[in-house]
Amino acid sequence: MAPTASKSPHPSGDNRFKLLDRAIAKHQARGDALIEVLHAAQGIFGFLEPDLLMYIARALKLPLSRVYGVATFYHFFTLKPKGEHTFVLCTGTACYVKGAADIQKAVEHRCKTKFGETTHDGKISLVSARCVGSCGLAPVAVVDNSVAGKLSVQGAVDQIEQWQVQAQEVPA
Amino acid sequence: MTVEDLQEMAEKEQTRQQQIKHRILYCSAAGCVSCGSHGTRDALTKVIKDAGLEKECEILGTGCMGLCGEGALVKIQSDDTLYQRVDESVARRIVEEHIVAGRKVRENLIDQTAPFFAAQVKIVLENCGRIDAESIEEYIAAGGYDALAKAVTELQPQEVIEEIRKSGLRGRGGAGYSTGLKWGIVRKAKGEQKYVVCNADEGDPGAFMDRSVLEGDPHRILEGMAIAGFAVGASQGFIYIRAEYPLAIERLRLAIKQAERLGLLGNRILESQFNFRIDIRIGAGAFVCGEETALIRSIEGRRGRPRPRPPYPSEKGLWGMPTLINNVETYANVSPIINRGSAWFAAIGTPKSTGTKVFALAGRIRNTGLIEVPMGIPLRKVIFDIGGGTPEGTEFKAAQTGGPSGGCIPAQFLDLPVDYESLATVGSIMGSGGMIVMDSTSNMVDVARYFMDFCVDESCGKCIPCRVGTVHIHGLLDKISRGAATTDDLVLLEELCMMVKETSLCGLGQSAPNPVLSTLRFFRNEYEELLHQPEVFVPSGDGRDNPSNA
Repeated sequence: MAPTASKSPHPSGDNRFKLLDRAIAKHQARGDALIEVLHAAQGIFGFLEPDLLMYIARALKLPLSRVYGVATFYHFFTLKPKGEHTFVLCTGTACYVKGAADIQKAVEHRCKTKFGETTHDGKISLVSARCVGSCGLAPVAVVDNSVAGKLSVQGAVDQIEQWQVQAQEVPA
Repeated sequence: MTVEDLQEMAEKEQTRQQQIKHRILYCSAAGCVSCGSHGTRDALTKVIKDAGLEKECEILGTGCMGLCGEGALVKIQSDDTLYQRVDESVARRIVEEHIVAGRKVRENLIDQTAPFFAAQVKIVLENCGRIDAESIEEYIAAGGYDALAKAVTELQPQEVIEEIRKSGLRGRGGAGYSTGLKWGIVRKAKGEQKYVVCNADEGDPGAFMDRSVLEGDPHRILEGMAIAGFAVGASQGFIYIRAEYPLAIERLRLAIKQAERLGLLGNRILESQFNFRIDIRIGAGAFVCGEETALIRSIEGRRGRPRPRPPYPSEKGLWGMPTLINNVETYANVSPIINRGSAWFAAIGTPKSTGTKVFALAGRIRNTGLIEVPMGIPLRKVIFDIGGGTPEGTEFKAAQTGGPSGGCIPAQFLDLPVDYESLATVGSIMGSGGMIVMDSTSNMVDVARYFMDFCVDESCGKCIPCRVGTVHIHGLLDKISRGAATTDDLVLLEELCMMVKETSLCGLGQSAPNPVLSTLRFFRNEYEELLHQPEVFVPSGDGRDNPSNA
């Protein structure tokens, strides 16, 4: 373990743990702030790997089972890394009535991946949301953090194809 | 800050607003932002700057203006003109033609005398689309925090509760329990510390009322909660909000900071003896956390699993202390009742369901958006006058209220008044206010399967009827959709639904079969059409042809 210039609280020397420590200190390391701390951790690291959960359990003085239980109970937390791009399809009632299921099928077919998973090359994550609250614009998808309203099947497939073409042009 | 300071501040802000010739409001709620209203704002700012009109004009972002399907929306406040589909080029025309030359841009004008606007009564949404959602001064100028000032300086906690009780206000989260009674129970409950919780975990797919209120008028919720805290004797409040609403979270955080700075939250509010703090707790995507006992567990940082009631949270809630839990819309109704009196509120709506209800109108309907109507309004008026009916060439089939816990109201009940009791008689519920319209293109078995799919996913797994029952109901619906089911399966489906309904632990399981039962009740023919019809077998008499004897 090589000592780093600014000391990280974690043996890996990863400085992101400093940010996490700050978030934990903000809640006085209280056990009931677990969900808030997990939000912060996911914001910093992108996803919650087992090592990170252990670190949080220690810092909040909680059993690991509690931390793991909470992290897996809530849909918002993910224990796997996300793809480079995310395609969040709203499957709320309004979107459903306006044909979100057709978009879902077409996108799944194009990516050869089911919703809730990431493509094998780690490029595209397909996520389904219960309702993003833009029902007036149904059907809706959140494409890399920007909301695409009144989406058509073709529009969705075009977006996916665009990402796939980009991925081929710039080999990782 | 004293009450006099508050009044002075309101007057100062009112004078400032009157001096500005044109107040240009653009909708900055999620629907319009998705339609590019930030681009509209930038275009407006630029054109106004180019024309040298910065001193005469003010551009501000407001909450939801209602007609979400026609965004981005822009309003010129001085002559109350509303424009739809305002992109950058339209924004330029609005400034050049309307502001400078005084001619309205006809192509994008919205007729505000149309039934969509005329049939609505706005109490909860009165500030949405009228004030800058990020400015506490604007809220105060519109009469904000007057009710809190009145409560802490002129009224006794008992009097506040009495006023709320007399208004007839009922919980807007869907169950419809009397708000005044609930407050009274929490006040009487024994505990060294009491809590006030705002349930903003709006999980029903197709519902966005609470989000719109939080984004458009966050101070209204803070004020309502503070009044509730004063009435029940609590000094700490929590807002439990979904992580899926980042804009609402951001605005609430800002609003709390502003209110604390002015001494409208925190210690010694308005120089009285009353202390009240509000913290935000962010949910993490579990529908069951809308159930109050699960919500409590989640605020405590645990898995959101419900527990049996009683004891009710009003006696044993957060950390075992008496806790008042109300929905966003319920708190939004508090300050108008304190300001204008319970008699005024009770006169709106029906005798048993007073006031108004906000609905999120979506699905196969022309005018999608956020509406507020008096209780007791006929459903027909909501769907055909306000909503403009279904798209051309299709016929209205049903309105779905209450989300995955509710039911469908078919066309024969279009004249039903929209209130708690009437909706219950046809097997649906008021719910939190999502109203999804279905037309002849919607397949009802599919709709039921969709909701059951949701419940399978969202069941917390604590009790068996809900955890296992929902999976089997979903399996049966799947079988019916595939055309592989028989009449026996339909009987089994009904039995299973009743079992899950009657034996589940919490509201989620108890109401999960509702969409199936309600579609079975009104659209049984659609199920029966899908049933597998075995070829009719006529025995020939000697038994040799009968395969069962083979």
